[in-house]
Amino acid sequence: MSAPQNLLYSKDHEWLTTDGNPAVIGISQHAADALGDVVFVQLPEVGARVTAGEPCGELESTKSVSDIFAPADGEVVEVNTAVVDDPSLVNSDPFGEGWLIKVQLDTPAADVDGLMSEAEYNAFTGA
Amino acid sequence: MTSTEERRTPLDAVHDALGATMTDFAGWRMPLRYGSETAEHRAVREAAGLFDLTHMGEITVTGPEAARALDHALVGFVSKIGVDRARYSMICDADGGILDDLIVYRLGEDDFLVVANASNAAVVAGELLARAAGFDAVVTDRSEEYALLAVQGPHAVAILAPLADLDLDKVKYYAADRATVAGVDVLLARTGYTGEDGFELFCAPADAVRLWTSLAEAGAGHGLIPAGLSCRDTLRLEAGMPLYGHELTTSVTPYEANLGRVVRLDKPEDFVGRDALAAREKEGPRATLVGLRSPGRRVPRAGYAVLDPETKAPIGEITSGAPSPTLGAPIAMAYVPLDRAEPGTVLAVDIRGAAEPVEVVALPFYKRA
Repeated sequence: MSAPQNLLYSKDHEWLTTDGNPAVIGISQHAADALGDVVFVQLPEVGARVTAGEPCGELESTKSVSDIFAPADGEVVEVNTAVVDDPSLVNSDPFGEGWLIKVQLDTPAADVDGLMSEAEYNAFTGA
Repeated sequence: MTSTEERRTPLDAVHDALGATMTDFAGWRMPLRYGSETAEHRAVREAAGLFDLTHMGEITVTGPEAARALDHALVGFVSKIGVDRARYSMICDADGGILDDLIVYRLGEDDFLVVANASNAAVVAGELLARAAGFDAVVTDRSEEYALLAVQGPHAVAILAPLADLDLDKVKYYAADRATVAGVDVLLARTGYTGEDGFELFCAPADAVRLWTSLAEAGAGHGLIPAGLSCRDTLRLEAGMPLYGHELTTSVTPYEANLGRVVRLDKPEDFVGRDALAAREKEGPRATLVGLRSPGRRVPRAGYAVLDPETKAPIGEITSGAPSPTLGAPIAMAYVPLDRAEPGTVLAVDIRGAAEPVEVVALPFYKRA
């Protein structure tokens, strides 16, 4: 699957959209493949503050549990209840139906430090 | 062992061609999963899975006193095993601590095959060699001479029957026989580590690709898919089977692991660990292995502390834990004090700082119909 255009990526393997604020946030295909089958998604509450690089949720897969790290500072304005009901969406469509949260960013995504373009992220993961 | 020295099974290129996610396991490059490990798990429960288990260690013990040597080396009563039968056993140290769990196949009156875990193969081979000294028996590490494939699941018989030159009904559970399968000479054993009916096939490494291909082709119409080590772990956990390095370590004896039945204090041969094990049998285990089931969705993982649900004091430790595909709930095994082991007892697990409730349940979590 090819990634949608105009996403930025964190070193923690989250992506976020750049075409508007709030931004949509999810995990990359690379991360979804590495996790294996996701069986439980724990997301923050709507209204919660998230901080770049800090955990804001959990993904349980068969083999392990992983934190969801916020890629930028902001406030959660929506969570994907569909992915909570069916965590396999994270594996089957991580850039689409498997999105995790929408966050009203404190600064536009393009101005957030430390985020990577798709090409930079692919180099980072060795893809 | 570094990755540059990683050992590869004769099926390595087959796994790559199938797009497997590979992992290092005890120095071997092994398939973790080919696609979805949950789908592989379900295939084994409902149809069949095909495994590459070449990393397992194979050690032969032969000679006029081979049975006596193994009676001395292992905790089981090996000389009582019938020819063409297999037995689950353990090798313990002098303190009774478990060095490995094993399957012992008696291939002939004086001919035994000991199958050890990959991580312990060298230790077991060395111990068997040392412990056989003084007996008229020859111990040989033959791990390089065997590939091991397994067909596990309710359709295993239907898949293998047309390929095998013997009547599979005559190969009982925990029995083994030499056979030809798809033209390949194998030792065909009705053993496994999944909680399902199935077979393990030991063959020459040079025949492994041919055998794998024949089994995959014959099984495709029966729902057989390649299955990796990830689902093997959840399958064995559901079946309540211990894994060395998790439930079994040198820190516990078979009695703590609820496997005291494998220790045959009644056999005439003195054996390594006998005194310590006899004492532990008399005084009783110091902790006991239990099954835990969580009503929530967060998973107790290996190494997490088991807590008293009131005081939150640590009382034990999770040895293995995973989301169970069959039960649809997190399951785990743990060592706990004897007075907390009754099914129905409510305990807690420290899951990343939060005390989550769990209930003690009888093992196994899953038993085939």
